[in-house]
Amino acid sequence: MSLIRKPLNRRSILRAGAMGGAALATPTIFTSKAWSAGYLNEPTGSEVVLGFNVPQTGAYADEGADELRAYQLAVKHINGEGDGGMLNTFSSKALQGNGVNGKKVTYVTGDTQTKSDAARASAKRMIEKDGAVMITGGSSSGVAIAVQSLCQEAGVIFMAGLTHSNDTTGKDKRANGFRHFFNTEMSGAALAPVLKNAFGTDRTAYHLTADYTWGWSQEGSIKKYTEGMGWKTAAAVRTPLGAGDFSQYITPVLNSGADVLVLNHYGKDMVNSLTQAVQFGLRDKQVNGKDFAIVVPLYSRLMAQGAGENVKGIFGSTNWHWSLQDEGSKAFVKSFGQEYGFPPSQAAHTCYVQALLYADAAQRAGTFEPCALGAALEGFEFDGMGNGPTLYRAEDHQCFKDVLVVKGKENPSSQFDVLEVVEVTPRAQVEYPADLLGGDLGACNNGV
Amino acid sequence: MTTKLSPTGDLIFFAVFAVAVLTMPVWLAPVGAGYPDLLQKFAIFGLFATGFNLLFGLTGYLSFGHAAFLGVGSYTAVWSFKLLGMNPIPAAILAVATSGVFALAIGYVSLRRSGIYFSILTLAFAQMSYNLAYSVLTPITNGETGLRVLQSDPRLFDGASESTGPLISNLFGVEMTGWGGFYFCAVVLLVGFFIAQRIFRSPFGIMLRAVKTNQNRMTYTGLNPRPYTLAVFVISGMYAGLAGALMCITDPLAGAERMQWTASGEVVLMTILGGAGTLLGPIFGAALIKYFENIFSAFNEQTLHEIFSFLPDFLEAPVVSIAGLFVGEGWHLTLGVLFMLIVIFLPGGIMEGVSRIGRLFKRGSSKAEPNRQTAPAE
Repeated sequence: MSLIRKPLNRRSILRAGAMGGAALATPTIFTSKAWSAGYLNEPTGSEVVLGFNVPQTGAYADEGADELRAYQLAVKHINGEGDGGMLNTFSSKALQGNGVNGKKVTYVTGDTQTKSDAARASAKRMIEKDGAVMITGGSSSGVAIAVQSLCQEAGVIFMAGLTHSNDTTGKDKRANGFRHFFNTEMSGAALAPVLKNAFGTDRTAYHLTADYTWGWSQEGSIKKYTEGMGWKTAAAVRTPLGAGDFSQYITPVLNSGADVLVLNHYGKDMVNSLTQAVQFGLRDKQVNGKDFAIVVPLYSRLMAQGAGENVKGIFGSTNWHWSLQDEGSKAFVKSFGQEYGFPPSQAAHTCYVQALLYADAAQRAGTFEPCALGAALEGFEFDGMGNGPTLYRAEDHQCFKDVLVVKGKENPSSQFDVLEVVEVTPRAQVEYPADLLGGDLGACNNGV
Repeated sequence: MTTKLSPTGDLIFFAVFAVAVLTMPVWLAPVGAGYPDLLQKFAIFGLFATGFNLLFGLTGYLSFGHAAFLGVGSYTAVWSFKLLGMNPIPAAILAVATSGVFALAIGYVSLRRSGIYFSILTLAFAQMSYNLAYSVLTPITNGETGLRVLQSDPRLFDGASESTGPLISNLFGVEMTGWGGFYFCAVVLLVGFFIAQRIFRSPFGIMLRAVKTNQNRMTYTGLNPRPYTLAVFVISGMYAGLAGALMCITDPLAGAERMQWTASGEVVLMTILGGAGTLLGPIFGAALIKYFENIFSAFNEQTLHEIFSFLPDFLEAPVVSIAGLFVGEGWHLTLGVLFMLIVIFLPGGIMEGVSRIGRLFKRGSSKAEPNRQTAPAE
């Protein structure tokens, strides 16, 4: 037995070694191709590929579906199909409706599942297999931050979709990442004066917070601004993302002596927690001689629709609302409505705008190279995108624009007309110094 | 399972397997799977399932909490990056050690019971770890946001040298992303596979099969099955920890969702789909599930229209809308249908299908064979 074994043994090892060596040599064909390009995934044909990475399952699936619709609409408009939407009102006229840099825009999609792992796997597939030059999307700040750092390492541009945490353009900011959406710092600054007028300065707040970067960020900002005007904070309780049942968290609120409940939840979590809070009769209660109030600092129409009757009279802030009457918003609502039959959400708006801004910057830079394109976006001033004059600040890649404070409408005229704009907080009031939130952009990365 | 049990056959089998794994980038490219991230996943989950199969396939103990070890391995690896530096070797070694200790603790308690009680115990432990990672252990795990390597981390051995570069794990200069990462994972998978093959053939492996076949009889003959089951439980946990470490080596980020019960369920699916108790089956199963997750979930209407563009227009629209249910966000549905078909028609998983096809070709020449095959295909 052992006599037969030995020679075959050695031979098969040799054979395996030789074949393994040959296999190891093959990938250099791929890498050498990558090295010769000026930047990662440089489009060489007549098409350029963008990656739309949105949650199609999980707590933020509704937002993700709306984001995907908006991206598809943006691609149509950039390629010159449809009525052009906001391209007609956008202050920069670089895009001609014939693609970008002479190339037709195509896209690939992926499901982030609202999980960092899945989102990064999906973004990697877009970069490595489909050759995407830009990744955009995200409906959770945890995911957005994870994908942003992946894009930085890989060397493609990341255009953040709906992500509201300070950290995205604060302590976790990256040179390849850009955000149009506002953040919790701005929400706090805009919301505090309105809450002061409505509820006074002698209130005690109880926070229920989604337990991840966005929740912590929003809890911090709202605490900072409400405590700044004299409110007290009874407690801040963290709840897991996608908990579904919040009753165990709501019961203690009644006995805590608090008279305001701040729900730092979003998506289906907010729909569930708000509905349950109202069912528990919190809003009919009187505490410390005052009517009990609920505040949802980050509002969206999709959530308000989901929560139905329960949102009436509840304050919050939002990035954009379809009822705005400026030319840009009207043009966008019109073409979105014609395409899908209902008005867009704020998630759809920010994603649509991000796609256009990216295309415009690529056209102005004359290339898709991340560093050149980033330079074209930095310090870019624009208008006609629904938020008034807006600045892409170079120091942290964050957009600065007016913030809307909204309230659940008492007498909605349709199923979409659930929010009314209480106040448009001017940009100057929500601006903050770039070093307030810390972090370091680092150097931009072209991926070669 | 290959039909040959001779050492020579094993070596040839291993060599063929090694060549197949290392050339995956070439022969998987036509089906759209030839890109590094997916191939890394194939290798990592192949290793995870191989380890799981050592426990489930050999002893029949169905652990429903293996994701806990995957998570422990991941967190250990990221902490090793944070404290020691971005070299994958210490990360992998530490991850294997920690998950081994963890498996020893969980196994010591859980293995007091067998059957469904064992499954429930392991599930409970995994769910406990998941919730701990989310709540009280947040300082260690960074909760929902996930644990990442930051520029400000000490990184004893390379913290000073690369203070501005991207934080990617690298093995003495070879970056562990892209193809470099795949070949690292592939080599680790081969080592893991080789050890699994040795265990399958060893007297220890025979004892484990005895546990599965009839534990009472084994006890009557004066043997205590507990040390054997505990040993294989720890080995299996180490495999899972190593797989978790590899996930972080190719992408330095660890999240608690890796420990969720769905992740534990996934590895059970992989093993059963491929064929429990066979060497290759779990790896096939892992690759199949990852392929579905990454490729089928990415099909959208645009791609479907391209695929079915050869059909006339009046046919194309309904075909696309029906097919649309099974791709994109509906990829779970496809996987479910496939799983049902395999469990109903091929209870031994994909490997049973393979061996049935194999038998078609050499019918008559091997009459004694079915006898031998029934045992592992169980």
